[in-house]
Amino acid sequence: MSETRVTPETLNLEVRIGGLRLQNPIMPASGAFGQEMDEVVDFNRIAAIVPKSITKEPRKGNLTPRVCEVPGGMINSIGIQSKGLEYYLAKTIPSFKGYDVPLISSISADSVEEFAEMAETIGALPEVAALELNISCPNLKGNGLAFGMDPEVTRRLMVRVKEVTDKPIIAKLSPNVTSIQEIAIAAEEGGADALNVANTILAMAIDIHSRRPKIGNVMGGLSGPSVKPIIVRMIYQVRQVSKLPIIGCGGVMNGEDAIEMMLAGATAVQVGTASFINPTALTDILEEIKGYMVQYQIRDVNELIGGVRIS
Amino acid sequence: MKAAKLRVLENRQVSERYWHMVVDAAELPDEVKPGQFFNVRCADEIYPLLRRPFSIYKINKRERTLEFLYLVKGVGTQRLTEIRAGEKADVFGPLGTGFNLNAEDGAMLMLARGVGIATLAALAQEAAEKGVRSVAVLSARSRNDLLAAETLESYGAKVYKVTDEEGNSDVASVGKLLEGIFREENITAAYTCGSKRLAELLQRMAADKHIFAEIALEENMGCAMGVCFACVCDIQEQDGSVRTVRVCKEGPVFPLEQVVIA
Ligand SMILES: Cc1cc2nc3c(=O)[nH]c(=O)nc-3n(C[C@H](O)[C@H](O)[C@H](O)COP(=O)(O)OP(=O)(O)OC[C@H]3O[C@@H](n4cnc5c(N)ncnc54)[C@H](O)[C@@H]3O)c2cc1C
Ligand SMILES: Cc1cc2nc3c(=O)[nH]c(=O)nc-3n(C[C@H](O)[C@H](O)[C@H](O)COP(=O)(O)O)c2cc1C
Ligand code: FES
Repeated sequence: MSETRVTPETLNLEVRIGGLRLQNPIMPASGAFGQEMDEVVDFNRIAAIVPKSITKEPRKGNLTPRVCEVPGGMINSIGIQSKGLEYYLAKTIPSFKGYDVPLISSISADSVEEFAEMAETIGALPEVAALELNISCPNLKGNGLAFGMDPEVTRRLMVRVKEVTDKPIIAKLSPNVTSIQEIAIAAEEGGADALNVANTILAMAIDIHSRRPKIGNVMGGLSGPSVKPIIVRMIYQVRQVSKLPIIGCGGVMNGEDAIEMMLAGATAVQVGTASFINPTALTDILEEIKGYMVQYQIRDVNELIGGVRIS
Repeated sequence: MKAAKLRVLENRQVSERYWHMVVDAAELPDEVKPGQFFNVRCADEIYPLLRRPFSIYKINKRERTLEFLYLVKGVGTQRLTEIRAGEKADVFGPLGTGFNLNAEDGAMLMLARGVGIATLAALAQEAAEKGVRSVAVLSARSRNDLLAAETLESYGAKVYKVTDEEGNSDVASVGKLLEGIFREENITAAYTCGSKRLAELLQRMAADKHIFAEIALEENMGCAMGVCFACVCDIQEQDGSVRTVRVCKEGPVFPLEQVVIA
């Protein structure tokens, strides 16, 4: 007897990330998503809610202009403008209460202890399903240096955070390192439950007429289609050295891009810049993945993970 | 707010640097207010990638069309000129807050520099519909760039023009011109867009004369939905504290007295 045909109704889209069960692999990227978007996207259809990274104290953020465009991408230097942990607990988290999908809190901090302190507080909330540690924002310290550029610090941070919370920990890695494999191994050894590959790529653009940098903070993080081949390469590399589930992030604009990341080894995919260009990108990408699965008669989306054919 | 592909009814050059686009807005659900804007995809490609914000220039309620007036500046607006009548334009909006027309007891003043008038024109249109008198001071590089003057005059506005070319657009000259207008016209509300220098001037004068005043700000945008915090500006609260707000969400229209003009 031949197998029944795969139709949009019979697809399995569910994936698992460090103990989290996600109804599909498409979620927003931190900093490019907020409650305001519920006018255009049905949040109950996406894999998870990922609010902007939160810092302990309120932060003003960087000078404007905070974004500029480059061919195939954008550079941002928001600088984690943040209302602080207190506001986050009182307002941001409750604002997502009505939705039926897991909430992943992204945390940014300046020291291991501060990360641990915040992870303990936020991790204790029943509304929060997992924590994403932003150890990679290029806009905080001078010269674009990020926390997660040092394997030893990364390992120590994971160990410390695991001591204070049982929630799954996703380490959001920096692509601005010589060997992302080295950092990935350190995060896994430290106890991370999943890896996000990766944050934005440190970049700069200059207006030749005024001879000034195009963003107020001089350098910033590059995102959008231009970074995707680099991120795909990094997902593939990280997959070689780590067993942890990978969330691919960087330059996903459509279903094809998301599938490409999954074939390289990602279990789920985050979408940032694409939502600025197409406000319904998150759910559109999901539909495109379904279309691909029906086209190739792939019943289970998990079959795509790491499915690149290299002979 | 909604992303919609709207039919372009007209897209043509109206002066050396300015273009005018009319779109069929019948499928837009929301009412559009003067001061609000749309975030427009200038080409369906990855360069230019980001949408570009444009204010509503004219609202035709009966025909259900919207008009934009835009300055050709860089790659995005250049590509926007290539959209032909009959094709579709990918617009996202309406976004942001609108102006508060607050001059029922007198006349309203508009002070605009360059393409700033594209933002104020819809307000002049509303004023005309409500029988509010309006006076406009238009500043531009050259006489060639003073293009919305006739549109404003068709709304019954009294229009003053100053240009760099003629040497009467410096702050001191405009200040003198405004003094005269304030003396003669019973101005009870003022609106500005397009120049920091002129905004500072109007901020001082409106404060002196206790006149209601608003400004429409411009800032580079990422999302235009209030989620990315790219488009911020500082607002001075009554208690003296400074608050950072989003131009796309809390603005682009703000009380002029509160804006910290950087
Ligand atoms: C709320 C709002 C309403 C606007 N209304 C109008 C209007 O009605 N008519 C009009 O001609 N212009 C308007 N502008 C300015 C217009 O958005 C820019 O001129 C346009 O984005 C330039 O795009 P470009 O690709 O041609 O130029 P480029 O210089 O190549 O643009 C590169 C990047 O800089 C950004 N940028 C450049 N200049 C500005 C600017 N002045 N403001 C914000 N972002 C900018 C672009 O969006 C883009 O991301 C408005 C801006 C805002 C914020
Ligand atoms: C405007 C903006 C703000 C961002 N803020 C954050 C942030 O607060 N925390 C974080 O971990 N990443 C932040 N990022 C990075 C994104 O989460 C994502 O890693 C990056 O944009 C690459 O994905 P994309 O190409 O799909 O946008 C930000 C990106 C953008 C464009
Ligand atoms: S453009 Fe994103 S918050 Fe205004």
